[in-house]
Amino acid sequence: MSEVKDTQGQLWEVFIQTKKGLPFKHAGSVHAFDKEMAIQNARDLYTRRGEGRGMWVVPADAIVAVDPSDDESFFDPSNDKIYRHPTFYELPEGIKNM
Amino acid sequence: MERLDLSKFCIRLGDSCLIMAHRQSEMCSKGPFLEEDIAQTNLGLDLLGQAEALLIYAAKLEGNGRTADDLAFRRPEREFYNFMLTEQPNTDFAFAIVRQYIMALYLTKVYETLAKVEDETISGVALKAVKEIAYHERHLGMWVKRLGDGTNESHDRIQTAVNELWMFVGELYEEDDLDVKLQEAGYAISGEEMKAYLMDKISAQLADATLSVPESVYMTTGSKKGIHTEYLGYMLTEMQYLQRAYPDAKW
Repeated sequence: MSEVKDTQGQLWEVFIQTKKGLPFKHAGSVHAFDKEMAIQNARDLYTRRGEGRGMWVVPADAIVAVDPSDDESFFDPSNDKIYRHPTFYELPEGIKNM
Repeated sequence: MERLDLSKFCIRLGDSCLIMAHRQSEMCSKGPFLEEDIAQTNLGLDLLGQAEALLIYAAKLEGNGRTADDLAFRRPEREFYNFMLTEQPNTDFAFAIVRQYIMALYLTKVYETLAKVEDETISGVALKAVKEIAYHERHLGMWVKRLGDGTNESHDRIQTAVNELWMFVGELYEEDDLDVKLQEAGYAISGEEMKAYLMDKISAQLADATLSVPESVYMTTGSKKGIHTEYLGYMLTEMQYLQRAYPDAKW
């Protein structure tokens, strides 16, 4: 049996910003044939309920990811270096989103 | 504006939104791919929300005990005043796109006008709807271009849809006594103005999509008197099935 061809277009990753000034967070993915359609499809899937004020869509194949087999060499060396975290400072009151 | 005139106007506009919402609901699970399927259904949901708000207000203005549900589910075909364009079936994806695109252009103008009227219920509904319809126009306009300037097959199909639906466009700028009263009170623009605006927008969009505007043909008329094409009756049979089979059903 031959494989069924995927006719839904390219895969795009969707990033949503919940409030102006906050970082964009990955929300999911959509299919689309070009940029314009990608942003419209993403809007219909991910921001119909007031989830965001900003949105990015990125072609999934433009994203460079760490190969899971490299996890150890990439991430583990930082485990015992807690001094790299700014946890020894006291934050003044009223600072948000830190 | 007289209360009953305003009520009739809300029913006309509400009916067009309701019937389109039902047509769009029929698109559910029939989209070309998942994302567009959701988009098509969302267009229907927006229109259903507008229809509900308009029919609730129409019922209130009428003041004779009928509710918005009565208006939607207990009127026969001849008492519906939606444009014939809105009841045209989803023959294929292109038909749905063309029908909704032309109506989105029309509704943009209608809601822009209504957003400025004194009646706060009407202007409130219109202000919210303006934003929704702006998105409809954008999304549907994109499809008109995509299909028109796409493959030979998509081009032919959408040109066929434009040609077949063209005779229903005339109703959108037709005027009767009620329309004149509405215009005098600032609730509507003149038919002439609406026609110029629609033709301008449609011909620009069709040209951009490598499609042609049909030669002027016979334009249908009658929906403002409750006259419809054969499709509305069948559609209502399905839409009103539950109320017809089990009147006053509760669950």
